[in-house]
Amino acid sequence: MTDPARPLGRGLIPFAFLAPALAIESAIVLYPVLRTTWMSFHDVSLFRPGSAPFVGFGNFARAFADPVFWLSLEHSLIWIGVVVALQFLLGFATALLLNQSFWWRGLARALVMIPWALPSVIIGLMWTWMYDYNFGVVNDLLMRLGVLREPVAWLARADTTLPAVMLALVWQGFPFFAVTILAGLQTVPKEHLEAAVIDGASALQRLRHIIIPAIADVLATVLLLRTIWVANSLDVVLVMTGGGPGYATYTLPFYAFLKAYSAMEFGYGAALSLLLTALLLLVVIAYVRRTAQTLAS
Amino acid sequence: MTGRRTLLLRFVAVELPLLAILAFAIGPYVWMVLTSLRPDSDLAAFPLSYAPSAVTLEHYRALLAHTSFAGNLLNSLIVACGAVIVGLCASVPAAYGFSRFRFRGRRLLMTQFLVINMFPVVLLIIPLFVVMRSLGLLDTFIGVVAGHSTFSIPFAVWMLTSYLNAIPRDLDEAAALDGATRLQTIRLVLLPLVAPGLLTTAIYIFVTSWNEYLFAMMLSGDHVRTVTVALQLFVGEFTVQWGLLTAGGTLVALPVTLLFLIVQRRLVSGLTSGAVKA
Repeated sequence: MTDPARPLGRGLIPFAFLAPALAIESAIVLYPVLRTTWMSFHDVSLFRPGSAPFVGFGNFARAFADPVFWLSLEHSLIWIGVVVALQFLLGFATALLLNQSFWWRGLARALVMIPWALPSVIIGLMWTWMYDYNFGVVNDLLMRLGVLREPVAWLARADTTLPAVMLALVWQGFPFFAVTILAGLQTVPKEHLEAAVIDGASALQRLRHIIIPAIADVLATVLLLRTIWVANSLDVVLVMTGGGPGYATYTLPFYAFLKAYSAMEFGYGAALSLLLTALLLLVVIAYVRRTAQTLAS
Repeated sequence: MTGRRTLLLRFVAVELPLLAILAFAIGPYVWMVLTSLRPDSDLAAFPLSYAPSAVTLEHYRALLAHTSFAGNLLNSLIVACGAVIVGLCASVPAAYGFSRFRFRGRRLLMTQFLVINMFPVVLLIIPLFVVMRSLGLLDTFIGVVAGHSTFSIPFAVWMLTSYLNAIPRDLDEAAALDGATRLQTIRLVLLPLVAPGLLTTAIYIFVTSWNEYLFAMMLSGDHVRTVTVALQLFVGEFTVQWGLLTAGGTLVALPVTLLFLIVQRRLVSGLTSGAVKA
């Protein structure tokens, strides 16, 4: 606080600066969220404008009785668990490698980030082309390597589609882990590592006893953040498979979107997206507590 | 002699694995660009040939001449620039407020901006669609820019707050002692100092808006259709014309890749400042 003697009304100045952002966000975020909450308790359908009867928890009850909801939830849990874990492991490994010194490190660091900068539509396009049954590079390479005898229709089989889409998402997301963890690694004091080398600690021991404890906060924060993003992401599914074949790639945000967008069942879609939000709430709270503490201070 | 051994060790233990990771990271991209530059006869060749038999811009010519793609590129440019302008105009003052004042509810409001980015898009998109329809803003630039502002403003507020926090308050006080008003201080002292951060934030908003698909698909129609939406429609329309599709993909991806490579270092430090204490 730089000016202790504040005249009356000065307390309003910060709010004047915040007003434009707050006004816009209220209109395009706060209002929609409240509206979604309202919709979830009503039977809203675009086909019946002007009539939205109150149904209480009817939409939620419908979800719990809906086998597609449970299937989507199951896929979402697999999706989050596997994708986040693989992104994390690959990102961590990349960060450890990028933290070494070699002459093309800057270049490698920049290039490795590229997948993260690309639009989901392009990601879907690239990977669909690579998974192509006849001319896809994935089938070709795997057959040349002798892993496959005959081509696989990666995006048309119930058992391969979800993993195939998940691989595309791992590809897109691991760079963010890599650079965030790298930024953390660069804060680990060099003296500690050197002292450990002198004491004869192996690389693995240094990783376990010095590096990981030192960056535990960073790891936790980035894991929480990515869990939220991966859980919410539906556009790659939408552009690559449209949920198919059958229900093979239905995830919860995808199902909520589909109900609202294609089926125009806004009330049910709203209830599904609120359920997703509720499932993520603990992760969001944990993340926000960590980050707000760092930056708001 | 130890020099050569450590060099070799480093190559095997660090550079080789990293090369493999890089191949994974940019392989799909390279393959897309290569596909877009090859004649159709190459794309239907069996077995697959990795080296192109000829390099051609035919797919790009066909795409720009025979489809709406050039117009879609322009739409995306307008939307992304609009999102940058709206985003910066709203978040520069907000970031200043958060960075330079301590007031009741500050923490709550800051947290609120953070939480917004955690909402599933599906939570916002339906009511936003309904609102835009009732206001007659569907299929207008304003509508799509508004959709993109849902995520760009909160992000920009956070990034700019952390950039502004890095500028010592002593400078504000020195300017005040010299008789500068608050707005003069912002304009003449803070904005020039935070300019690199502003540019990074602007590019970040531009890239995310350019890349965005869901809001653009819901809120745009024939008039303001963006490239991502158009390309996705093409995927349905020209299923087997991979030369055309990858040419479109390359045209969409190239500008954001270049912008991104320009700012990646500062962008990363801005984005990770929430996760990593500076």
